[in-house]
Amino acid sequence: MDLDGVIVFKGWNLKGGLNLEGHKDLSRQYSIINTAIPNELIYPLVDRSGNVQTALVKAGERVLKGQVIAGSKGVQGTLLHAASSGLVKENEWRMIAHPSGLKSECLIIATDGLDECCPVDEPVDYTQLSAADICEKVHQAGIVGLGGAGFPTAVKITPNNVRTIDTLIINGVECEPYITCDDRLMQQYPSEILLGIQVLLRALAIENCVIGIEEDMPEAIEAIQKAIECSGFNQIQVKVVPAVYPAGGERQLIYQLTGRETPNQGFPADVGVVCQNVGTVMAVYQAIVKGQVLIERVVTVTGMGINKPQNMWARIGTPIKDLVSQCGGYNGPIERLIMGGLMMGFSLPDDDVGITKATNCILVATSKEVTKSSEAEMQPCIRCGECALACPVNLLPQQIYWHSQGGAHQKCQSFGLFDCIECGCCDVVCPSHIPLVQYLRASKSKVFLKRREDEAAMLAKQRFERRDTRKAQEKVAQEQRIRLKKLALVKLQKESASSPVKMQDKS
Amino acid sequence: MNFTWASAPHIKPRDSVSKIMFKVLLALLPSIFLLAWFFGCGVYINILLATSTALIAEAMVLKLRGRAVLKCLKDLSALVTAVLIGIAIPTLAPWWVVVLGTFFAIVIVKQLYGGLGFNLFNPAMAGYAFLLISFPQEMTAWAMPESLNVWLFSDIIRLIFSVQLPDAMTIDGITMATPLDVVKTQVAMNPYSDVTVLPLGIETLFAQGWGWLSLSYFVGGLWLVQQGIIAWQIPLGILSALALISAGFYFYDAQTYTSPLFHLLAGATMVGAFFIATDPVTAATAPKGRFVFGFMIGVLMYLIRVWGGYPDAMAFAVLLMNIAVPVIDYYTQPRVFGTRR
Ligand code: SF4
Ligand code: SF4
Repeated sequence: MDLDGVIVFKGWNLKGGLNLEGHKDLSRQYSIINTAIPNELIYPLVDRSGNVQTALVKAGERVLKGQVIAGSKGVQGTLLHAASSGLVKENEWRMIAHPSGLKSECLIIATDGLDECCPVDEPVDYTQLSAADICEKVHQAGIVGLGGAGFPTAVKITPNNVRTIDTLIINGVECEPYITCDDRLMQQYPSEILLGIQVLLRALAIENCVIGIEEDMPEAIEAIQKAIECSGFNQIQVKVVPAVYPAGGERQLIYQLTGRETPNQGFPADVGVVCQNVGTVMAVYQAIVKGQVLIERVVTVTGMGINKPQNMWARIGTPIKDLVSQCGGYNGPIERLIMGGLMMGFSLPDDDVGITKATNCILVATSKEVTKSSEAEMQPCIRCGECALACPVNLLPQQIYWHSQGGAHQKCQSFGLFDCIECGCCDVVCPSHIPLVQYLRASKSKVFLKRREDEAAMLAKQRFERRDTRKAQEKVAQEQRIRLKKLALVKLQKESASSPVKMQDKS
Repeated sequence: MNFTWASAPHIKPRDSVSKIMFKVLLALLPSIFLLAWFFGCGVYINILLATSTALIAEAMVLKLRGRAVLKCLKDLSALVTAVLIGIAIPTLAPWWVVVLGTFFAIVIVKQLYGGLGFNLFNPAMAGYAFLLISFPQEMTAWAMPESLNVWLFSDIIRLIFSVQLPDAMTIDGITMATPLDVVKTQVAMNPYSDVTVLPLGIETLFAQGWGWLSLSYFVGGLWLVQQGIIAWQIPLGILSALALISAGFYFYDAQTYTSPLFHLLAGATMVGAFFIATDPVTAATAPKGRFVFGFMIGVLMYLIRVWGGYPDAMAFAVLLMNIAVPVIDYYTQPRVFGTRR
């Protein structure tokens, strides 16, 4: 690369990781297309981490595009907006975009095709906004991390007096095979992304920004670099990272770009970094500079099982089947429908599922691209250690697996079970075809369950102890009462006994 | 439309156990040919006996344990064990020695512990040690290279299967002491003997075939390392420990102690370092731990060779270190990303 100001990393600084075949050429060369308004918009009333969203509109109500329709409470609460105008239907239990493949209560809008908008705020000049204003607007626009985790962005950029931030890192590393939505965004909207970065820098009150882009996205690198030159935002730096999976993992990228190691129990903010995904930056730009709320995002619809793979601006809530039909439909026998990437995405049993803010990719895979259900072929672990070599967090997955098989979930924790980022590298290299990630995940949930049970037991114990002490106290009090009564009785008897004597004496 | 459900990652796996085992077998091929070249085609018969015993025994046990027989046999691990036993046993040993050793390795050491992946001890070495302790006489019947010129294949078959020698030959006349045996017996007879006068030069090692054999294991092993099949830390640990210690003693007193090169090229050093101690199931599993594991094997080998009761020590050193694996594994966990240094 011959661009000035671009820093290219020669080596991969972390241990582990994999060189994966990209399959990006299926979709990266096509411009992002707009999609038609679907007949139905489906919004699960629960997000991926299980937080409940409360519907703020009633069945039968007409909603406008951009209107708030649901929200979750708490510090990490987020808002959800209608992606088009239409009538709210009765809530239904539908399959949702969740790894469990379970059904959940969904808010459904039957669109009317008018796409009538809510009145929007006049766009304002972001340089006139205070940090608090920006955070509030980001919150009002319903922006969450669009890279997959779905963490509320406003929370991430709200100033915090405990940790000082000095660097904003923009994650433009799409290390997962097939996905090209961020690549396309950077190619097509470089100046918008830079403005979004300016807004974030203003909110964080810092100067430094590094954009990490993978080496196999030359067009994106060039576009961003050109835009930096044109705009004069020279404090924004582009760094090129090697195409190693999982270079785009938040902690991995921070380490690669800054050499700082996020503590395993902590957050990027602990090492002075805030990390945002390119898509999120775009959403921030749209919210602050354009006054638009987050109702659509770029989704890569790809795979050999789709006729015309491409990137599309899809409304949040659009059923997958609508997107698929706008990509020319399915092509031949499909082995698996995956939401997300080949490595960390989850398979869906059905295509009537609405996309969420975290959906970056719909991968329609044929049996040429994915494994068939392979539980039957699994062999015992031969302790070859390949999994440990591939692990980017330096775990010994074979040991965790071994102890989880023996039910020693505490032992698993001492081998770093909870530091596993579920990237799947270990799984891919295992010659015994052990679904390690699945086992590690199961082990994690067992530990959680155990913890909850322990807590419950603790509570019960405390309650029991409290009852015991209360009883003991009551007993003491009662004994006290009885003693007093007895004393009084004795006194009375004595009195009554002595009085006749006296009387006798008197007599 | 409905789709099958599966958990991430969805990508196809890269390798398989059978592929790994197959490559190990491939890397052993040149050495097998060399063995036959120097010590007679008895080695083919040994391997044939060992592999058929291993496959039959494994199939039997799997059947009894109610496991999928074919699926397990397909992993080729039994075959690797069998071949390692086949090449470790002297070329003129009677047939039942091989069969017994293999049976012990597969049934007792491997399957009774739970099969592939669950055995604590290296099956091939446990089988070998078992034979060495039970039948010391038969376990030293290495054919003398020169004597083989006059042999017919049928003679060897006859010797192995009915322990009958061709006319006018005695067992002492056709077998020879391995170089390590020579050192051991010499020092046992006279602790102060001068090893420099013994026929232990590097030329003798090569003339008797041992040197070439070791080299072939070395090359095969390097190929396996390059292929990512075996962990380089283990052979490096073994060879460096052996070389360091023997060099120390050699320079201290060259008349009593043999040279480092001798230790590296004689006996089972190379085959052990690259093909036996590297059995992943019974070795330490973390990279650092693997080096420690190998290094300790090297140390033990030297101790046993020089001061122990057996001329060679690979089997015992590996088995002893197999016991230490859990401890090594515990203390050599790599530092997890994000935890304090
Ligand atoms: S890669 Fe698979 S077989 Fe090898 S050590 Fe890890 S879990 Fe065991
Ligand atoms: S899934 Fe977990 S254990 Fe496996 S490689 Fe990734 S971080 Fe390591």
